[in-house]
Amino acid sequence: MPAAKVEFVQPLSAAPRVPLHQLDALWFQVGGTICNLWCTHCFISCSPKNHAFGFMSRRQVSEYLAESVRLGVKEYYFTGGEPFMNREMLGILRDTLALGPASVLSNGLLLSPQTARALQQLAADSPYTLELRISLDGFSAATNDPIRGSGTFRRALQGVANLVQAGFLPIITCMQSWPEHVHDQVLAGFREALAALGYTRPRLKILPQLRLGREAERDRGYTPVERVTPEMVEGYDTSLLLCSNSRIATDRGVFVCPILIEKPDAKLGDSLTEALRPFPLRHQACYTCYLSGAICSNYAPARDA
Amino acid sequence: MNLGTTDFRRIVAFGGVYNNYLALTALLREVSRLQPDAIFCLGDLGAFGPHPNRVYPLLIEGRVQVVQGNYDNSIGHDLQDCQCGYTDPRDNYFAQISYDYTLAHTSPEFKAYQRSLPRFIRFTAFGSRVLLCHGSPRRTNEFLWETTTPDHFLEKLFHEYAADVILATHTGLKWQRRLAGNKLFANVGVIGRPENDGHTNVWYSTVEFTPAVKVEYHPLAYDHLRLAREMAEEKLPPEFIDTVLTGWWTTCLEILPGKERSRGKF
Repeated sequence: MPAAKVEFVQPLSAAPRVPLHQLDALWFQVGGTICNLWCTHCFISCSPKNHAFGFMSRRQVSEYLAESVRLGVKEYYFTGGEPFMNREMLGILRDTLALGPASVLSNGLLLSPQTARALQQLAADSPYTLELRISLDGFSAATNDPIRGSGTFRRALQGVANLVQAGFLPIITCMQSWPEHVHDQVLAGFREALAALGYTRPRLKILPQLRLGREAERDRGYTPVERVTPEMVEGYDTSLLLCSNSRIATDRGVFVCPILIEKPDAKLGDSLTEALRPFPLRHQACYTCYLSGAICSNYAPARDA
Repeated sequence: MNLGTTDFRRIVAFGGVYNNYLALTALLREVSRLQPDAIFCLGDLGAFGPHPNRVYPLLIEGRVQVVQGNYDNSIGHDLQDCQCGYTDPRDNYFAQISYDYTLAHTSPEFKAYQRSLPRFIRFTAFGSRVLLCHGSPRRTNEFLWETTTPDHFLEKLFHEYAADVILATHTGLKWQRRLAGNKLFANVGVIGRPENDGHTNVWYSTVEFTPAVKVEYHPLAYDHLRLAREMAEEKLPPEFIDTVLTGWWTTCLEILPGKERSRGKF
């Protein structure tokens, strides 16, 4: 079946709805869609010129944090764009780490030794964990740079080295763009490349392809059959889905998940409380979540016991 | 299970036996000296170690009251995996080895016992409403780590589950936090494997309810060399045996948050 040029969106009546069981994870689109890179697989097409979503201010984030405390949120994530392009990022993290654990998804290019040390000080001042997730898309310049841009492998690796030097164990995140039969070789390649810069016990997180944004052009989009139907969720543990336990705050309101912020119907309100309502799995990216679980979290949730 | 209003002044609580009948034997010997009012195990009787059936008579003779952990639920119902909550392939690989071993070596009687265990035990002691669970009150296999569990999240649990004291385990790492309103959350530790700190001892807890609620942790030495020897005889993974002999975790590491992972060796 040929790949769709345009994403197929199911009518509301045909899409299974997922209730929010509990708001455990609050995401922030803190870097908007503004990025210092122009990756060919970006699912929301972030770039230096994409101002569809702007930086969130420290004040905006603080207001959502205050609301999150009342709702019993368990953990906080920061993404973009590139979060460290936001000049208030360190202050935002200080505010967050006073309340709970924080994870930042970054391309690593702005993580100088000085910034890495400042981050380590923030972590040391908090009882909670600060995780840094650094995106790479190959274990060499030859495999990474065609996707993320010329020279990015060397610069990202330097950011990782600075974090390791500061005492972090960053989570290296990578979209799987290679065939399954070379998977183990690729992981070994990552470990070798990271060990060479002193990161001898790396944490690796491999993500599936999300076939939207620029990735739909780079590889392929979803085919019409790649969608979630009501029959597919019968007996399925919906707590595996990010939308059952998370929401994302942006400078333009609260959306259901980080993947769908460009979809108008994914905006659920201006406050977290307004955004607690169920969401229909009508987008084809929901199919990837359905197959792989909550891919965006540090640890995909386990099945209920 | 609700034990109602009790006159418990002091209890012993521990988690994660993980087939370590030698540590359980040492604990029960120590308990006879402490003379607590009750002894509670917060679940996960199997995994990791050898000879699962040797745990069963010790629990009965020791009058240990047990909360059902994810492992006990799986073994009791002959499920395909331990429902441990690991999501990394390497973590799951090793978890499956110990699960397959434990399932194959657990008697039907012990399985029936594990199937019958309650998911919660509640009681009141000197005015404190106490809730005993495995991972968290809301989910048996939820990991509540010290560095990823905010105060306001715990406050929500205390409110929603009408408790003043919550005791849990599952992570393998002990910790406690006291909150406003005289609320106390404590992970009671495990006796099945050491705590990823380079020491071979394991940990259990005592909880006193008067004059104020207080949780204390106690190191427990046991014949870990014999355990390692028996694990080797049972052909359990060398990685597990290394943990027993060194006190450092070698498997199931990917689920650890950054701060907890940094404290270990691997």
